[in-house]
Amino acid sequence: MVDKIKVAVIGPGNIGTDLMFKILKSQHLEMGLLTGIVESEGIQRARKMGINTSIEGVNAVLQDPDIKIVFDATGAKPHLRHAPLLKEAGKIAIDLTPASIGPYCVPCVNLEELLDEPNVNMVTCAGQATVPIVYAINKVASVTYAEIVASLSSKSAGPGTRQNIDEFTETTSKALVQVGGAKRGKAIIVLNPAEPPVMMANTIYVEVENPDEKAITAAVQMMVNEIQKYVPGYRLRVPPIIDGHKVTIIIQVEGAGDFLPKYSGNLDIITSAAVSFAEKLAQKLIRKDVIA
Amino acid sequence: MSMGKIHLVDTTLRDGSHAVSHQYSVEQVAAVAGGLDAAGIEYIEVSHGDGLAGSSFNYGRSATDEEELIKAAAEVIKNGILTVLLIPGIGTIEDLKRAEACGAKAVRVATHVTEADTAEQHIRMAKSLGMQAFGFLMMSHMAPPEKVVEQAKLFESYGADFIYVADSAGAMLPDDVRARVGAVVQAVGIPVGFHAHNNLTLATANSLAALEVGATFLDGTCRGLGAGAGNTQIEALVGVLNKVGYQTGVDLYKIMDVAEDLVEPMMHRPQVVRNAPFMLGYAGVYSSFLLHTYRAAERFNLDPRDILTELGKRRMVGGQEDMIVDVAYQLAKQ
Repeated sequence: MVDKIKVAVIGPGNIGTDLMFKILKSQHLEMGLLTGIVESEGIQRARKMGINTSIEGVNAVLQDPDIKIVFDATGAKPHLRHAPLLKEAGKIAIDLTPASIGPYCVPCVNLEELLDEPNVNMVTCAGQATVPIVYAINKVASVTYAEIVASLSSKSAGPGTRQNIDEFTETTSKALVQVGGAKRGKAIIVLNPAEPPVMMANTIYVEVENPDEKAITAAVQMMVNEIQKYVPGYRLRVPPIIDGHKVTIIIQVEGAGDFLPKYSGNLDIITSAAVSFAEKLAQKLIRKDVIA
Repeated sequence: MSMGKIHLVDTTLRDGSHAVSHQYSVEQVAAVAGGLDAAGIEYIEVSHGDGLAGSSFNYGRSATDEEELIKAAAEVIKNGILTVLLIPGIGTIEDLKRAEACGAKAVRVATHVTEADTAEQHIRMAKSLGMQAFGFLMMSHMAPPEKVVEQAKLFESYGADFIYVADSAGAMLPDDVRARVGAVVQAVGIPVGFHAHNNLTLATANSLAALEVGATFLDGTCRGLGAGAGNTQIEALVGVLNKVGYQTGVDLYKIMDVAEDLVEPMMHRPQVVRNAPFMLGYAGVYSSFLLHTYRAAERFNLDPRDILTELGKRRMVGGQEDMIVDVAYQLAKQ
């Protein structure tokens, strides 16, 4: 009987390395492979830790039939190439790039619906932090418009985010509507270079049809508790402030400090969400194995 | 005595939009843009105060869709260059394309002084659309001259035609301006401009300091209408530049008339350096925070100066208007 599902991470950068640390702590996932395309700091670090590594990119993943789940932490273009190869090989892809081939995955909202998908996309860090709150409010108050402002420390925004900043706002806006349930969405991102680095903060403004303060506050608190199960540093900084039909909420995300520093809560929330989804998938695959 | 040509950018219809809480109408924009053009203003900027797509809960909603305002300005501008502002993270390349289709001929792509690399795609797109592109470094007081130079060079490498050093918090003294603008002028091969705020009552003096060290572009607004204590008062600036001996190509009486007859009647309040706007400059806080701070102070029963001082301590940057509520909430809890 299998008790762990073997997984691979493509892309040994900051995100890939943080994923690796989280997978190593998982009860259901076995860190089978970290793969890149060149010798890098990330590859060397993993090798020293005794992790199986490769610089053959996606090919190394395809050669191992035991790998069932693959995290892609490369970039949009490489993922467009990897996705069909992984699908053909029967491996489930969890996409942390802006490629967005598969449906958006926000675990505490739509995890159950996505367990049979060959490819899911993890939206953006701001999406992971804000979409659940919009979803929770929408259930009790019907959200006509959702707007979020994500402030990140400059240090935690890598070159990928910087060069494709429009993708970040556009993807997050879409997820506020498609997953959060808002009728319209808008996302804004601000980078702050202050030292020591600022924690990730997310302000969520929603316009609702039914501004029932009690129901909104309870729904938000329940969702915060849910997210804290996989992101312990997720905190309600300013609980719902209601002004007419407008609701304002501020969330702070402190990282777990697995590999990335604690101010990188923005990176932590997306890697945590990805691993949390993979764990659910793994449990499903293990059950299947038991039944077979 | 001739001191050379200075290019003026009037931003009454962009930075001034903050001071009227983004309530400009099509008629107002058409009247002011037409007046500025007839007075000989070279660049006329029209956008939400926080740039394209700035209309939001966070920054305030526009009364009129900004594309309608840009089109209205495009119809009346005969000689001037219709300009828009875009802050990456708020506006996108799609917004820029739509503004260009409405008639914008130039764009100022604005980033925090340390984050120019978020603007590469926008500058390149502006150039491929055939627009003039400015790299605009906001909150320049927060970085030392070497850093401002490094970021200006990034903008130049992306293809920007001009660089702006912006004192968005109105926090600089004339020596701070000379140090930053002078260093950028020495380091880049393209013209350099300066954007002032009057929070410390130094907007015109700082503008002159920028010219002393080689800047050739300056910003202003009619009656100084703008975020915080406002910008350099452009009709006065034209007169001052005349006295020093610079050429601006602007007709002094005509620009004075635009300010007095068209802009002044639209103002929600006189552009006076009251205590809170002064504190913006004193604490080094983004000028657009002013009206949002007044609202938060009222809601949480606080002194606006305390909120601004705390925002300055936390080193908040432009665009973080949401943190005003955060600070006010935390102060009120104490």
